[in-house]
Amino acid sequence: MAALAWLIPAALVLGLLGLGAFLWALRTGQFEDLDGAAYRILDDDEPPQDGEDRDGSGR
Amino acid sequence: MAFAVDVDAGSAERTATKELPGRQTVDPESAVLAIENMNCGGCMRKIERVLGDAPGIASVRANLSAKRVTVAFDPQNTGTETIIQTLADAGFRAADLAHNNLDDSNRADRDLLRRLAVAGFAAANIMLLSVSVWAGLASDMDAEIRSLFHWLSALIALPTVAYSGQPFFRSAATALRAWRLNMDVPISLAILLATGMSLVQTIRGTDHIYFDASVSLLFFLLIGRYLDQSLRSRAKGAAQNLMGMKSGWATVVLDDGTSERMPARALEPGMRILVAAGERIFVDGIIEAGRTDIDEQLITGESVPRSAGDGDKVYAGTVCLTAPIEVKATAADNDTLLAEITRLMETAEQNKGRYVRLADKAAALYAPVVHTLGLVTFLAWMWAGVGWEAALITAISVLIITCPCALALAVPAVQVAATSRLFNRGVIMTAADGLERLSEIDTVVFDKTGTLTKGLPELVNGGEISDETLSAAASLATKSRHPYAQAVVRSAESRGLKVVPAVDVTETPGAGLSRQLVSGGEERLGSADWCGVSGGPGVTDNTQATASLWYQPAGHEAAAAFRFVDALRSDAADTIAALHSAGLGVALLSGDQKAAVKSAAEAAGIEDWFAGQRPDEKIAQLKRLEAKGRNVLMVGDGLNDAPALAAAHASLSPASAAEVSQIASDGIIQGHRLEPVTETIAVARRARRMSLQNFGIAAVYNAICIPLAMAGFVTPLIAAIAMSASSILVTANALRLNTAKLEL
Repeated sequence: MAALAWLIPAALVLGLLGLGAFLWALRTGQFEDLDGAAYRILDDDEPPQDGEDRDGSGR
Repeated sequence: MAFAVDVDAGSAERTATKELPGRQTVDPESAVLAIENMNCGGCMRKIERVLGDAPGIASVRANLSAKRVTVAFDPQNTGTETIIQTLADAGFRAADLAHNNLDDSNRADRDLLRRLAVAGFAAANIMLLSVSVWAGLASDMDAEIRSLFHWLSALIALPTVAYSGQPFFRSAATALRAWRLNMDVPISLAILLATGMSLVQTIRGTDHIYFDASVSLLFFLLIGRYLDQSLRSRAKGAAQNLMGMKSGWATVVLDDGTSERMPARALEPGMRILVAAGERIFVDGIIEAGRTDIDEQLITGESVPRSAGDGDKVYAGTVCLTAPIEVKATAADNDTLLAEITRLMETAEQNKGRYVRLADKAAALYAPVVHTLGLVTFLAWMWAGVGWEAALITAISVLIITCPCALALAVPAVQVAATSRLFNRGVIMTAADGLERLSEIDTVVFDKTGTLTKGLPELVNGGEISDETLSAAASLATKSRHPYAQAVVRSAESRGLKVVPAVDVTETPGAGLSRQLVSGGEERLGSADWCGVSGGPGVTDNTQATASLWYQPAGHEAAAAFRFVDALRSDAADTIAALHSAGLGVALLSGDQKAAVKSAAEAAGIEDWFAGQRPDEKIAQLKRLEAKGRNVLMVGDGLNDAPALAAAHASLSPASAAEVSQIASDGIIQGHRLEPVTETIAVARRARRMSLQNFGIAAVYNAICIPLAMAGFVTPLIAAIAMSASSILVTANALRLNTAKLEL
């Protein structure tokens, strides 16, 4: 029964984390444009400025 | 890593935002613009690029779902008008929505979603605890642990009910204040009583704890409520976009010959307005100078532009396609035909709001019966002398076990099954009570252009035209967006001819295309006048199959005539026949000319037809049928049909329809066939029968459980099992609709 002492709080905390994540997503407008988001991932970013890390190699 | 990519995709604002360098920061102003023709990811990207590169703009964010763009700009360097002009140059028709109340329905949406999320979290966790308690009853759970679980459940349930239950409590309170009963009254009462009693019993440490029942009921009902709300707010948003289209900027020619940009709201009858090619016309008026092609699709649903010149009437909401014109306004702002149509639609929508849904009818019967039984139980046990507390527990358990779970699911479960069946067959139901109203119809009224017909011209005399002529005409035609030109290209391609786009082609608005050949001479494609043909077979009579386009090759060869017809949908006649044989009345109401309507009606097999119907006349026709006791299903697509679609008992529109018409109608038919109309009616009728069956199942369930509850045999476990069993039975019955063979 000692397991309950941490299992129940763990279940509640995990649940609250999920709920918090959802409410955060809602507040920051992640569900505003469900159709557009699908296209946005196909969109290239602006070409990087000179001096920026072009290939992600860190050099 | 994957998470990081997601975040990037979600906050594309980063890429579209740019700093205004070397300038003092002024408080940016922001504007929300509706973009009528933003339909794809490409459009969205182009809009963000174009505006992002424009001077004075701080940030741009396009929303594809809402067809809107939010722009933050520096008011010293640019203005809404400039931004709209920039978009117009890029080919987008934009309108300022600043004066509309944008956020209300969005806020209601998000509010419900938050309550739904909280209820979902609570339902999952309480169920976890409850299952442990039930399992513990059969094994060796300590009383202390059970009590701990009950307290934990209470801790989660109380704030959840107080927060997530509010929409139901408010709706119930409103209904009660007006001395009415809706489904929310028994729902609210059951939730409040179950929660309240469970709290008291938790404090007293007994087993009558129903937190799980009340919170999961709340969760399931909120799902339904949210789906309903989000459908409605989407429709509302699209309607606001339309209203925004009325507001825009127009160039007014002043008396001294200079011109001035004015907001459309400030336009008055008598003003002279300059309309550039590609611009929307904001007034009803008469053309004073210039000749152009007018796209009237928004008003009439007709896809072929009308050629208009001096003295011709134009309407607000249409688009001037090919050349600039000067228009003298005869009506502006709220007096235009567009405003009138929108008003007609709104009035019709309000009348529809009075429809009483099946579930509410059931609630009006159910609530008094259950509440009386609860009271009888309480009084009977009091009279039997068990004390007020035991009597109250039993009475409340009657209310809980008859809790409207099965009843509240009876209709929605069928609706979901029916809607998904229709969805698979290309019909999207948008109105929540649309299927219920569809099940009651006995007359179907069709619009002609774009509904009964394809709304696209098709070449009919291809047999008379040689491959050579067709491919020469097609290579000229590739340069025009006129529907006839495109029909020529389509038929050339379907013959397998190679269409090489011609170069140096000139388009003359309202007339046609021409090209100077290197070898000398000129070839032309266009109207009879344009090609120098006078008269000719079918040019004067106004039937559908008029020779509408001519091709004049260079040299002295005779011109070739192209005839087009707006062909019926391939299964139009079959569908009408099926409706007739099912005993439904069929009629045709069209704004088109008599000859065209007559030939379409004959081809489709419709005896009742009316030509030249204006939007208000269409409503009058529907009222006439209604007065005869008919329930009418209206099927139509143009904006001119929108008021009729909203006024009819039920309505459907094809996917090609004007957006307003789709909002006004209960469902949208995808694809090129009409057969979904019969399918929809059949499904709607079966859905109604199944809803009634489900009420029957709920009644049988109550007939078994209520006596048990009244006798005091119900425990939380029995309540949970009985309630889920009835809900599952009702849902399973509804799911049969997905596979059932249906005939009208």
